[in-house]
Amino acid sequence: MNLIIVSGPPSSGKTSVILKTIASYQNRNIKVGVVKFDCLYTDDDAAYEKAGIPVKKGLSGALCPDHFFASNIEEVVNWGNEEKLDLLITESAGLCNRCSPYLKEIKGVCVIDNLSGINTPKKIGPMLKSADFVVITKGDIVSQAEREVFASCVSSVNPRAVTMHVNGLTGQGAYELGSLLYDENQNIESVQGMQLRFPMPSALCSYCLGETRIGEAFQMGNVKKINLGADKT
Amino acid sequence: MMELSLDQLLKEYPFVNAYFEQNKLDIAGYGDKTFREFLDHFTEEELEDQAIDREKLLSDLPVYLEQMSAFLGLEKSNRVLSMTILAGYDKSGNPEGFSELTVETSQIISIVGPTGSGKSRLLADIEWAAQRDTPTGRSILINGKKPDNKWRFSSNNRLVAQLSQNMNFVMDLTVEEFLRMHAVSRLVEDPQTVIEQIILAANDLAGEKFDLTTPVTSLSGGQSRALMIADTAILSSSPIVLIDEIENAGIDRKKALELLISSDKIVLMATHDPLLALMADKRIIIKNGGISKVLDTNEEEKLLLEELEKMDSLIQTARQELRKGSTLSGKTLNMEI
Repeated sequence: MNLIIVSGPPSSGKTSVILKTIASYQNRNIKVGVVKFDCLYTDDDAAYEKAGIPVKKGLSGALCPDHFFASNIEEVVNWGNEEKLDLLITESAGLCNRCSPYLKEIKGVCVIDNLSGINTPKKIGPMLKSADFVVITKGDIVSQAEREVFASCVSSVNPRAVTMHVNGLTGQGAYELGSLLYDENQNIESVQGMQLRFPMPSALCSYCLGETRIGEAFQMGNVKKINLGADKT
Repeated sequence: MMELSLDQLLKEYPFVNAYFEQNKLDIAGYGDKTFREFLDHFTEEELEDQAIDREKLLSDLPVYLEQMSAFLGLEKSNRVLSMTILAGYDKSGNPEGFSELTVETSQIISIVGPTGSGKSRLLADIEWAAQRDTPTGRSILINGKKPDNKWRFSSNNRLVAQLSQNMNFVMDLTVEEFLRMHAVSRLVEDPQTVIEQIILAANDLAGEKFDLTTPVTSLSGGQSRALMIADTAILSSSPIVLIDEIENAGIDRKKALELLISSDKIVLMATHDPLLALMADKRIIIKNGGISKVLDTNEEEKLLLEELEKMDSLIQTARQELRKGSTLSGKTLNMEI
Protein backbone atom coordinates (compact mmCIF):
# COMPACT_ATOMS: atom_id res chain seq x y z
CA MET A 1 0.00 0.00 0.00
CA ASN A 2 1.09 3.56 -0.74
CA LEU A 3 0.98 6.06 2.09
CA ILE A 4 0.83 9.82 1.59
CA ILE A 5 0.73 12.35 4.40
CA VAL A 6 -1.03 15.60 3.55
CA SER A 7 -1.06 18.56 5.87
CA GLY A 8 -1.66 22.27 5.69
CA PRO A 9 -3.34 25.14 7.50
CA PRO A 10 -7.13 25.05 8.01
CA SER A 11 -9.19 25.96 4.94
CA SER A 12 -6.20 25.87 2.61
CA GLY A 13 -8.02 23.39 0.40
CA LYS A 14 -6.55 20.06 1.48
CA THR A 15 -9.79 18.13 1.16
CA SER A 16 -10.62 19.58 -2.26
CA VAL A 17 -7.13 18.84 -3.56
CA ILE A 18 -7.27 15.27 -2.22
CA LEU A 19 -10.74 14.68 -3.69
CA LYS A 20 -9.68 15.94 -7.12
CA THR A 21 -6.49 13.92 -6.98
CA ILE A 22 -8.38 10.76 -6.09
CA ALA A 23 -10.82 11.45 -8.93
CA SER A 24 -7.86 11.42 -11.31
CA TYR A 25 -7.15 7.79 -10.29
CA GLN A 26 -10.65 6.73 -11.26
CA ASN A 27 -9.72 4.90 -14.44
CA ARG A 28 -6.63 3.34 -12.98
CA ASN A 29 -8.27 0.86 -10.64
CA ILE A 30 -6.49 2.20 -7.58
CA LYS A 31 -8.34 1.77 -4.31
CA VAL A 32 -7.88 4.85 -2.15
CA GLY A 33 -8.84 5.49 1.47
CA VAL A 34 -8.52 8.59 3.61
CA VAL A 35 -8.03 9.18 7.32
CA LYS A 36 -8.81 12.69 8.43
CA PHE A 37 -7.19 14.09 11.57
CA ASP A 38 -8.64 17.16 13.21
CA CYS A 39 -9.02 18.79 16.60
CA LEU A 40 -12.57 19.60 17.55
CA TYR A 41 -14.73 19.10 14.54
CA THR A 42 -14.68 18.03 10.94
CA ASP A 43 -17.33 17.14 8.43
CA ASP A 44 -14.82 16.40 5.70
CA ASP A 45 -15.47 12.69 6.19
CA ALA A 46 -18.93 13.29 4.73
CA ALA A 47 -17.35 14.75 1.59
CA TYR A 48 -15.18 11.65 1.18
CA GLU A 49 -18.09 9.31 1.89
CA LYS A 50 -20.16 11.10 -0.72
CA ALA A 51 -17.41 10.43 -3.23
CA GLY A 52 -17.50 6.74 -2.27
CA ILE A 53 -14.10 6.80 -0.58
CA PRO A 54 -13.53 4.68 2.55
CA VAL A 55 -12.82 7.17 5.32
CA LYS A 56 -12.07 7.31 9.05
CA LYS A 57 -11.72 10.37 11.19
CA GLY A 58 -9.86 11.07 14.39
CA LEU A 59 -10.44 14.08 16.61
CA SER A 60 -7.62 14.91 18.99
CA GLY A 61 -9.91 16.81 21.34
CA ALA A 62 -7.94 17.90 24.38
CA LEU A 63 -4.64 16.60 23.03
CA CYS A 64 -2.07 18.30 20.82
CA PRO A 65 -3.12 17.32 17.25
CA ASP A 66 0.31 16.30 16.02
CA HIS A 67 1.03 14.20 19.10
CA PHE A 68 -2.32 12.58 18.45
CA PHE A 69 -1.31 11.92 14.86
CA ALA A 70 2.04 10.41 15.81
CA SER A 71 0.50 8.12 18.38
CA ASN A 72 -2.16 6.84 15.99
CA ILE A 73 -0.52 6.60 12.58
CA GLU A 74 0.54 3.00 13.09
CA GLU A 75 -3.03 1.81 13.74
CA VAL A 76 -4.22 3.93 10.83
CA VAL A 77 -1.79 2.20 8.49
CA ASN A 78 -2.95 -1.17 9.78
CA TRP A 79 -6.53 -0.18 8.99
CA GLY A 80 -5.52 0.74 5.45
CA ASN A 81 -3.87 -2.61 4.94
CA GLU A 82 -6.86 -4.48 6.34
CA GLU A 83 -9.10 -2.60 3.92
CA LYS A 84 -6.72 -3.71 1.15
CA LEU A 85 -6.20 -0.16 -0.02
CA ASP A 86 -3.68 0.60 -2.75
CA LEU A 87 -3.27 4.10 -1.43
CA LEU A 88 -3.90 5.57 1.99
CA ILE A 89 -3.94 9.34 2.38
CA THR A 90 -3.88 10.98 5.79
CA GLU A 91 -5.01 14.54 6.09
CA SER A 92 -4.25 16.78 9.04
CA ALA A 93 -4.44 20.47 9.81
CA GLY A 94 -1.12 21.68 11.12
CA LEU A 95 -2.65 24.08 13.52
CA CYS A 96 0.28 25.74 15.25
CA ASN A 97 2.41 25.88 12.09
CA ARG A 98 5.30 24.51 14.10
CA CYS A 99 4.88 20.76 13.80
CA SER A 100 5.01 18.46 10.88
CA PRO A 101 3.51 15.02 10.78
CA TYR A 102 5.73 13.83 7.89
CA LEU A 103 7.67 10.62 8.22
CA LYS A 104 11.04 9.99 6.64
CA GLU A 105 10.60 7.74 3.54
CA ILE A 106 6.88 8.61 3.21
CA LYS A 107 5.79 11.28 0.74
CA GLY A 108 4.71 14.45 2.54
CA VAL A 109 2.49 17.04 0.89
CA CYS A 110 1.89 20.53 2.25
CA VAL A 111 -1.14 22.44 0.94
CA ILE A 112 -1.11 26.22 1.33
CA ASP A 113 -3.14 28.88 -0.39
CA ASN A 114 -2.28 32.10 -2.17
CA LEU A 115 -4.74 34.05 -0.06
CA SER A 116 -2.85 33.37 3.14
CA GLY A 117 -0.44 36.23 2.53
CA ILE A 118 3.07 36.68 1.33
CA ASN A 119 4.69 36.15 4.72
CA THR A 120 3.06 32.77 5.22
CA PRO A 121 6.05 30.76 3.97
CA LYS A 122 8.09 32.41 6.71
CA LYS A 123 5.52 31.62 9.36
CA ILE A 124 5.08 27.96 8.61
CA GLY A 125 7.85 25.79 9.96
CA PRO A 126 8.73 22.18 9.22
CA MET A 127 5.26 21.43 7.87
CA LEU A 128 6.21 23.49 4.80
CA LYS A 129 9.99 23.30 4.91
CA SER A 130 10.26 19.54 5.07
CA ALA A 131 7.48 18.65 2.61
CA ASP A 132 8.32 16.79 -0.61
CA PHE A 133 5.49 18.48 -2.47
CA VAL A 134 4.06 21.91 -1.88
CA VAL A 135 0.65 22.40 -3.43
CA ILE A 136 -0.45 26.01 -3.79
CA THR A 137 -4.19 26.55 -4.12
CA LYS A 138 -6.61 29.40 -4.87
CA GLY A 139 -4.38 30.67 -7.66
CA ASP A 140 -7.39 31.56 -9.77
CA ILE A 141 -8.38 34.40 -7.48
CA VAL A 142 -5.08 36.21 -7.23
CA SER A 143 -2.95 37.85 -9.88
CA GLN A 144 -0.26 36.08 -11.87
CA ALA A 145 2.39 38.25 -10.20
CA GLU A 146 1.24 37.29 -6.74
CA ARG A 147 1.30 33.62 -7.71
CA GLU A 148 4.88 34.03 -8.91
CA VAL A 149 6.04 35.91 -5.81
CA PHE A 150 4.33 33.44 -3.50
CA ALA A 151 5.83 30.43 -5.27
CA SER A 152 9.29 31.94 -5.17
CA CYS A 153 8.98 32.52 -1.40
CA VAL A 154 8.02 28.87 -1.03
CA SER A 155 11.00 27.79 -3.12
CA SER A 156 13.42 29.74 -1.03
CA VAL A 157 12.35 28.03 2.19
CA ASN A 158 12.09 24.62 0.56
CA PRO A 159 14.05 24.50 -2.70
CA ARG A 160 13.92 20.70 -2.95
CA ALA A 161 10.16 20.39 -2.95
CA VAL A 162 8.15 20.13 -6.14
CA THR A 163 5.99 23.25 -5.98
CA MET A 164 2.75 22.99 -7.94
CA HIS A 165 -0.40 24.97 -8.44
CA VAL A 166 -3.63 23.03 -8.11
CA ASN A 167 -7.13 24.44 -8.39
CA GLY A 168 -9.32 22.62 -5.89
CA LEU A 169 -12.52 23.69 -7.62
CA THR A 170 -11.81 22.88 -11.26
CA GLY A 171 -9.17 20.27 -10.53
CA GLN A 172 -6.61 21.92 -12.80
CA GLY A 173 -3.26 20.41 -11.81
CA ALA A 174 -4.77 17.59 -9.72
CA TYR A 175 -4.20 14.98 -12.41
CA GLU A 176 -0.56 15.99 -12.60
CA LEU A 177 -0.20 15.91 -8.82
CA GLY A 178 -1.79 12.46 -8.76
CA SER A 179 0.66 11.13 -11.31
CA LEU A 180 3.55 12.26 -9.10
CA LEU A 181 2.15 10.91 -5.84
CA TYR A 182 1.25 7.30 -6.60
CA ASP A 183 4.16 4.93 -6.87
CA GLU A 184 3.33 1.39 -7.97
CA ASN A 185 6.47 0.06 -6.35
CA GLN A 186 5.87 1.44 -2.90
CA ASN A 187 4.50 -1.06 -0.43
CA ILE A 188 4.08 0.07 3.16
CA GLU A 189 3.21 -2.82 5.45
CA SER A 190 3.77 -0.93 8.65
CA VAL A 191 5.23 2.35 9.85
CA GLN A 192 6.54 0.91 13.09
CA GLY A 193 10.02 2.23 13.80
CA MET A 194 9.84 4.95 11.16
CA GLN A 195 10.92 8.41 12.18
CA LEU A 196 9.29 11.80 12.16
CA ARG A 197 11.12 14.25 9.94
CA PHE A 198 11.24 16.88 12.65
CA PRO A 199 10.90 16.56 16.42
CA MET A 200 7.83 18.04 18.07
CA PRO A 201 8.21 20.89 20.56
CA SER A 202 9.17 20.00 24.07
CA ALA A 203 6.29 20.49 26.44
CA LEU A 204 5.37 19.67 29.98
CA CYS A 205 4.77 22.88 31.82
CA SER A 206 2.17 22.98 34.55
CA TYR A 207 -0.55 23.96 32.03
CA CYS A 208 0.03 20.73 30.09
CA LEU A 209 -0.97 18.97 33.26
CA GLY A 210 -4.24 20.78 33.70
CA GLU A 211 -3.31 23.93 35.61
CA THR A 212 -5.76 26.73 34.91
CA ARG A 213 -4.64 29.45 37.30
CA ILE A 214 -2.57 32.35 35.93
CA GLY A 215 0.54 33.66 37.64
CA GLU A 216 4.17 32.81 38.27
CA ALA A 217 3.33 31.02 41.50
CA PHE A 218 1.46 28.35 39.54
CA GLN A 219 3.97 27.84 36.73
CA MET A 220 6.25 24.85 36.88
CA GLY A 221 8.34 22.85 34.49
CA ASN A 222 9.32 24.05 31.03
CA VAL A 223 8.35 27.74 31.14
CA LYS A 224 9.56 30.38 28.72
CA LYS A 225 9.16 34.12 29.25
CA ILE A 226 8.42 36.72 26.60
CA ASN A 227 11.09 39.40 26.16
CA LEU A 228 9.48 42.76 26.89
CA GLY A 229 12.66 44.84 26.89
CA ALA A 230 15.81 45.14 28.97
CA ASP A 231 14.44 47.50 31.64
CA LYS A 232 11.96 44.94 32.89
CA THR A 233 14.23 42.20 34.17
CA MET B 1 30.61 27.06 -2.51
CA MET B 2 30.06 25.95 1.07
CA GLU B 3 33.63 27.03 1.88
CA LEU B 4 32.88 30.63 0.92
CA SER B 5 32.29 33.16 3.66
CA LEU B 6 28.84 34.70 3.78
CA ASP B 7 30.23 37.97 2.37
CA GLN B 8 31.81 36.14 -0.57
CA LEU B 9 28.60 34.20 -1.09
CA LEU B 10 26.56 37.40 -1.22
CA LYS B 11 29.00 38.94 -3.64
CA GLU B 12 28.94 36.01 -6.00
CA TYR B 13 25.23 35.23 -5.68
CA PRO B 14 23.43 38.46 -4.63
CA PHE B 15 20.07 36.66 -4.71
CA VAL B 16 21.13 34.38 -1.85
CA ASN B 17 19.89 37.11 0.46
CA ALA B 18 16.34 35.90 -0.21
CA TYR B 19 17.28 32.48 1.12
CA PHE B 20 18.50 33.93 4.41
CA GLU B 21 15.61 36.32 4.66
CA GLN B 22 12.85 33.79 3.93
CA ASN B 23 14.38 31.39 6.43
CA LYS B 24 14.55 34.20 9.01
CA LEU B 25 18.32 33.89 9.39
CA ASP B 26 19.91 37.14 10.50
CA ILE B 27 23.46 36.91 9.19
CA ALA B 28 24.50 40.45 10.20
CA GLY B 29 27.91 40.36 11.83
CA TYR B 30 28.80 36.91 10.44
CA GLY B 31 30.10 38.09 7.05
CA ASP B 32 33.50 36.50 7.46
CA LYS B 33 32.08 33.13 8.55
CA THR B 34 30.91 30.27 6.35
CA PHE B 35 27.24 29.28 6.41
CA ARG B 36 28.06 26.24 8.53
CA GLU B 37 29.96 28.37 11.02
CA PHE B 38 27.05 30.79 11.13
CA LEU B 39 24.61 27.97 11.86
CA ASP B 40 26.93 26.63 14.54
CA HIS B 41 26.46 29.79 16.59
CA PHE B 42 22.89 28.81 17.42
CA THR B 43 22.49 27.02 20.73
CA GLU B 44 20.52 23.77 20.83
CA GLU B 45 17.81 25.70 22.59
CA GLU B 46 17.56 28.32 19.82
CA LEU B 47 17.51 25.64 17.15
CA GLU B 48 14.60 23.92 18.83
CA ASP B 49 12.83 27.15 19.67
CA GLN B 50 12.92 28.53 16.15
CA ALA B 51 12.41 25.12 14.53
CA ILE B 52 15.68 25.42 12.63
CA ASP B 53 16.83 22.27 10.89
CA ARG B 54 20.56 22.87 10.52
CA GLU B 55 21.32 19.91 8.27
CA LYS B 56 18.43 20.70 5.97
CA LEU B 57 19.40 24.37 5.66
CA LEU B 58 22.97 23.34 4.86
CA SER B 59 21.97 20.83 2.23
CA ASP B 60 19.26 23.08 0.74
CA LEU B 61 21.53 26.07 0.14
CA PRO B 62 23.49 24.57 -2.78
CA VAL B 63 20.18 23.35 -4.31
CA TYR B 64 18.79 26.86 -4.04
CA LEU B 65 21.90 28.46 -5.56
CA GLU B 66 21.89 25.98 -8.39
CA GLN B 67 18.21 26.53 -9.18
CA MET B 68 18.51 30.28 -9.14
CA SER B 69 21.68 30.33 -11.23
CA ALA B 70 20.02 28.01 -13.71
CA PHE B 71 17.04 30.34 -13.81
CA LEU B 72 19.26 33.34 -14.56
CA GLY B 73 21.09 31.43 -17.26
CA LEU B 74 17.89 30.24 -18.86
CA GLU B 75 16.58 33.76 -18.98
CA LYS B 76 19.40 34.59 -21.32
CA SER B 77 19.61 31.53 -23.51
CA ASN B 78 17.26 28.64 -24.14
CA ARG B 79 14.45 30.76 -25.46
CA VAL B 80 11.11 29.28 -26.39
CA LEU B 81 10.45 29.92 -30.07
CA SER B 82 7.54 27.63 -30.69
CA MET B 83 5.05 25.35 -29.02
CA THR B 84 3.45 22.40 -30.73
CA ILE B 85 0.30 20.56 -29.69
CA LEU B 86 0.10 16.95 -30.89
CA ALA B 87 -3.45 15.61 -31.05
CA GLY B 88 -4.98 13.30 -28.48
CA TYR B 89 -8.56 12.23 -27.88
CA ASP B 90 -11.87 13.79 -26.89
CA LYS B 91 -14.01 12.63 -23.96
CA SER B 92 -15.49 9.76 -25.99
CA GLY B 93 -12.07 8.53 -27.02
CA ASN B 94 -12.29 9.74 -30.63
CA PRO B 95 -9.12 11.20 -32.14
CA GLU B 96 -9.07 14.99 -32.24
CA GLY B 97 -9.82 16.75 -35.52
CA PHE B 98 -6.26 17.89 -36.24
CA SER B 99 -2.89 16.22 -36.12
CA GLU B 100 -0.55 18.89 -34.94
CA LEU B 101 -0.57 22.62 -34.34
CA THR B 102 2.54 24.75 -34.01
CA VAL B 103 2.38 28.24 -32.56
CA GLU B 104 5.29 30.63 -32.72
CA THR B 105 6.19 33.59 -30.55
CA SER B 106 4.21 36.76 -31.22
CA GLN B 107 1.29 34.70 -32.52
CA ILE B 108 -2.15 34.73 -31.02
CA ILE B 109 -4.38 31.67 -31.00
CA SER B 110 -7.95 31.96 -29.81
CA ILE B 111 -9.86 29.11 -28.23
CA VAL B 112 -13.62 28.95 -28.67
CA GLY B 113 -16.20 26.47 -27.50
CA PRO B 114 -19.12 26.16 -25.11
CA THR B 115 -18.48 26.48 -21.37
CA GLY B 116 -17.37 23.14 -19.97
CA SER B 117 -16.23 21.86 -23.36
CA GLY B 118 -12.66 21.25 -22.30
CA LYS B 119 -10.87 24.58 -22.57
CA SER B 120 -9.46 24.28 -19.05
CA ARG B 121 -8.12 20.81 -19.82
CA LEU B 122 -6.32 22.18 -22.88
CA LEU B 123 -4.85 25.01 -20.84
CA ALA B 124 -3.79 22.49 -18.17
CA ASP B 125 -2.16 20.22 -20.79
CA ILE B 126 -0.09 23.15 -21.99
CA GLU B 127 0.74 24.33 -18.50
CA TRP B 128 1.95 20.87 -17.58
CA ALA B 129 3.68 20.23 -20.91
CA ALA B 130 1.67 16.99 -21.20
CA GLN B 131 3.41 13.95 -22.68
CA ARG B 132 0.50 11.62 -23.43
CA ASP B 133 0.15 11.35 -19.68
CA THR B 134 -3.04 13.35 -19.12
CA PRO B 135 -6.65 12.28 -19.80
CA THR B 136 -6.57 13.76 -23.32
CA GLY B 137 -3.42 11.91 -24.40
CA ARG B 138 -2.06 15.11 -25.96
CA SER B 139 1.63 15.95 -26.16
CA ILE B 140 3.24 19.35 -26.05
CA LEU B 141 6.53 20.04 -27.80
CA ILE B 142 8.74 23.07 -27.21
CA ASN B 143 10.92 24.22 -30.12
CA GLY B 144 9.83 21.01 -31.86
CA LYS B 145 11.24 18.77 -29.15
CA LYS B 146 10.06 16.98 -26.06
CA PRO B 147 10.36 19.63 -23.35
CA ASP B 148 12.77 19.48 -20.48
CA ASN B 149 11.32 18.47 -17.12
CA LYS B 150 12.29 21.87 -15.70
CA TRP B 151 9.11 23.30 -17.19
CA ARG B 152 7.13 20.94 -15.01
CA PHE B 153 8.89 21.01 -11.71
CA SER B 154 10.60 24.34 -11.26
CA SER B 155 8.39 26.92 -9.66
CA ASN B 156 10.52 29.79 -10.89
CA ASN B 157 10.57 28.64 -14.43
CA ARG B 158 7.06 27.93 -15.56
CA LEU B 159 6.11 27.53 -19.16
CA VAL B 160 2.87 29.35 -18.69
CA ALA B 161 1.64 32.57 -17.13
CA GLN B 162 -2.10 32.54 -16.67
CA LEU B 163 -4.21 35.66 -16.70
CA SER B 164 -7.42 34.49 -15.15
CA GLN B 165 -10.81 36.10 -15.05
CA ASN B 166 -10.63 37.17 -11.44
CA MET B 167 -7.73 39.38 -10.70
CA ASN B 168 -7.85 40.46 -7.12
CA PHE B 169 -4.86 41.61 -5.20
CA VAL B 170 -4.57 40.30 -1.68
CA MET B 171 -1.34 42.03 -0.76
CA ASP B 172 -1.60 45.33 1.04
CA LEU B 173 1.03 47.22 -0.95
CA THR B 174 1.34 50.20 -3.26
CA VAL B 175 1.75 49.57 -6.97
CA GLU B 176 5.44 50.39 -6.68
CA GLU B 177 6.08 48.09 -3.71
CA PHE B 178 4.13 45.35 -5.43
CA LEU B 179 6.09 45.61 -8.68
CA ARG B 180 9.38 45.81 -6.80
CA MET B 181 8.54 42.65 -4.92
CA HIS B 182 7.78 40.87 -8.16
CA ALA B 183 10.92 42.22 -9.87
CA VAL B 184 13.09 41.07 -6.98
CA SER B 185 11.58 37.58 -7.08
CA ARG B 186 12.44 37.46 -10.80
CA LEU B 187 16.05 38.45 -10.00
CA VAL B 188 15.80 41.54 -12.22
CA GLU B 189 19.02 43.57 -12.26
CA ASP B 190 17.50 47.04 -12.51
CA PRO B 191 14.07 46.93 -10.85
CA GLN B 192 13.46 50.70 -11.03
CA THR B 193 13.59 50.86 -14.84
CA VAL B 194 11.35 47.82 -15.15
CA ILE B 195 8.84 49.29 -12.67
CA GLU B 196 8.62 52.49 -14.68
CA GLN B 197 8.17 50.57 -17.93
CA ILE B 198 5.32 48.58 -16.44
CA ILE B 199 3.37 51.51 -15.03
CA LEU B 200 3.71 53.33 -18.34
CA ALA B 201 2.44 50.35 -20.31
CA ALA B 202 -0.35 49.73 -17.79
CA ASN B 203 -1.61 53.29 -18.00
CA ASP B 204 -1.62 53.02 -21.74
CA LEU B 205 -4.13 50.16 -21.43
CA ALA B 206 -6.29 51.39 -18.57
CA GLY B 207 -9.18 53.78 -19.01
CA GLU B 208 -8.41 55.71 -15.84
CA LYS B 209 -4.80 56.50 -14.96
CA PHE B 210 -3.18 55.48 -11.71
CA ASP B 211 0.31 55.94 -10.29
CA LEU B 212 3.00 54.16 -8.34
CA THR B 213 1.72 55.29 -4.95
CA THR B 214 -1.79 53.88 -5.49
CA PRO B 215 -2.45 50.88 -3.21
CA VAL B 216 -3.04 47.79 -5.37
CA THR B 217 -6.15 46.95 -3.41
CA SER B 218 -7.82 50.19 -4.48
CA LEU B 219 -7.30 49.66 -8.22
CA SER B 220 -10.47 49.24 -10.25
CA GLY B 221 -11.10 46.01 -12.15
CA GLY B 222 -9.82 47.53 -15.39
CA GLN B 223 -6.77 49.03 -13.74
CA SER B 224 -5.78 45.77 -12.06
CA ARG B 225 -6.12 43.92 -15.35
CA ALA B 226 -4.04 46.55 -17.13
CA LEU B 227 -1.37 46.31 -14.45
CA MET B 228 -1.33 42.54 -14.58
CA ILE B 229 -1.11 42.38 -18.35
CA ALA B 230 1.73 44.91 -18.42
CA ASP B 231 3.46 43.08 -15.58
CA THR B 232 3.12 39.71 -17.32
CA ALA B 233 4.33 41.09 -20.64
CA ILE B 234 7.37 42.83 -19.20
CA LEU B 235 8.33 40.92 -16.09
CA SER B 236 7.09 37.34 -16.28
CA SER B 237 9.62 34.83 -17.53
CA SER B 238 6.95 32.47 -18.82
CA PRO B 239 7.04 32.33 -22.61
CA ILE B 240 3.40 31.33 -23.01
CA VAL B 241 0.50 33.44 -21.77
CA LEU B 242 -2.92 31.91 -21.31
CA ILE B 243 -5.76 34.38 -21.14
CA ASP B 244 -9.15 33.39 -19.90
CA GLU B 245 -11.98 35.69 -20.97
CA ILE B 246 -10.47 39.12 -21.27
CA GLU B 247 -13.71 40.66 -22.56
CA ASN B 248 -15.24 42.34 -19.53
CA ALA B 249 -12.02 44.02 -18.70
CA GLY B 250 -12.54 47.74 -19.14
CA ILE B 251 -9.19 48.01 -20.90
CA ASP B 252 -7.99 48.47 -24.44
CA ARG B 253 -8.03 44.81 -25.45
CA LYS B 254 -6.32 45.27 -28.77
CA LYS B 255 -3.44 47.17 -27.22
CA ALA B 256 -3.22 44.58 -24.46
CA LEU B 257 -2.73 41.79 -26.99
CA GLU B 258 -0.23 43.88 -28.93
CA LEU B 259 1.77 44.46 -25.76
CA LEU B 260 1.90 40.75 -25.00
CA ILE B 261 2.99 39.67 -28.45
CA SER B 262 5.52 42.50 -28.70
CA SER B 263 7.43 40.87 -25.86
CA ASP B 264 7.78 37.66 -27.88
CA LYS B 265 5.16 35.71 -26.03
CA ILE B 266 2.92 33.01 -27.39
CA VAL B 267 -0.62 34.06 -26.56
CA LEU B 268 -3.51 31.61 -26.17
CA MET B 269 -6.82 33.17 -25.41
CA ALA B 270 -10.09 31.54 -24.49
CA THR B 271 -12.84 33.89 -25.58
CA HIS B 272 -16.50 34.38 -26.47
CA ASP B 273 -15.86 37.79 -28.01
CA PRO B 274 -15.94 37.79 -31.83
CA LEU B 275 -13.48 40.69 -32.01
CA LEU B 276 -10.87 38.84 -30.03
CA ALA B 277 -11.56 35.50 -31.69
CA LEU B 278 -10.94 37.02 -35.12
CA MET B 279 -7.90 39.01 -34.00
CA ALA B 280 -6.04 35.71 -33.63
CA ASP B 281 -4.19 34.14 -36.55
CA LYS B 282 -5.81 30.80 -35.87
CA ARG B 283 -8.58 29.57 -33.70
CA ILE B 284 -9.07 26.29 -31.93
CA ILE B 285 -12.61 24.92 -31.77
CA ILE B 286 -13.26 22.73 -28.75
CA LYS B 287 -16.05 20.17 -28.50
CA ASN B 288 -16.64 17.31 -26.10
CA GLY B 289 -13.28 17.71 -24.41
CA GLY B 290 -11.27 17.62 -27.62
CA ILE B 291 -10.07 19.97 -30.34
CA SER B 292 -12.53 19.40 -33.16
CA LYS B 293 -10.99 21.85 -35.63
CA VAL B 294 -8.21 24.38 -36.07
CA LEU B 295 -9.25 27.23 -38.37
CA ASP B 296 -7.21 29.98 -40.00
CA THR B 297 -8.80 33.41 -39.83
CA ASN B 298 -9.78 33.84 -43.50
CA GLU B 299 -9.74 36.99 -45.67
CA GLU B 300 -13.46 37.59 -45.43
CA GLU B 301 -13.32 37.30 -41.65
CA LYS B 302 -10.48 39.82 -41.57
CA LEU B 303 -12.61 42.30 -43.51
CA LEU B 304 -15.51 41.59 -41.19
CA LEU B 305 -13.21 42.21 -38.26
CA GLU B 306 -12.62 45.75 -39.49
CA GLU B 307 -16.38 46.35 -39.56
CA LEU B 308 -16.80 44.81 -36.14
CA GLU B 309 -14.04 47.04 -34.81
CA LYS B 310 -15.87 50.10 -36.11
CA MET B 311 -19.02 48.98 -34.35
CA ASP B 312 -17.06 48.33 -31.21
CA SER B 313 -15.42 51.74 -31.23
CA LEU B 314 -18.87 53.30 -31.71
CA ILE B 315 -20.07 51.57 -28.57
CA GLN B 316 -16.92 52.64 -26.75
CA THR B 317 -17.50 56.27 -27.75
CA ALA B 318 -21.11 56.12 -26.65
CA ARG B 319 -20.00 54.65 -23.33
CA GLN B 320 -17.46 57.42 -22.76
CA GLU B 321 -19.89 60.16 -23.71
CA LEU B 322 -22.54 58.82 -21.35
CA ARG B 323 -19.94 58.56 -18.60
CA LYS B 324 -19.05 62.21 -19.06
CA GLY B 325 -22.72 63.11 -18.68
CA SER B 326 -23.28 64.11 -22.31
CA THR B 327 -26.46 63.56 -24.22
CA LEU B 328 -25.98 61.20 -27.16
CA SER B 329 -26.83 62.40 -30.65
CA GLY B 330 -26.45 61.10 -34.16
CA LYS B 331 -23.75 63.70 -34.62
CA THR B 332 -21.51 62.63 -31.75
CA LEU B 333 -21.61 59.05 -33.00
CA ASN B 334 -21.45 59.89 -36.70
CA MET B 335 -24.64 57.96 -37.27
CA GLU B 336 -27.70 58.66 -39.31
CA ILE B 337 -31.07 58.14 -37.72
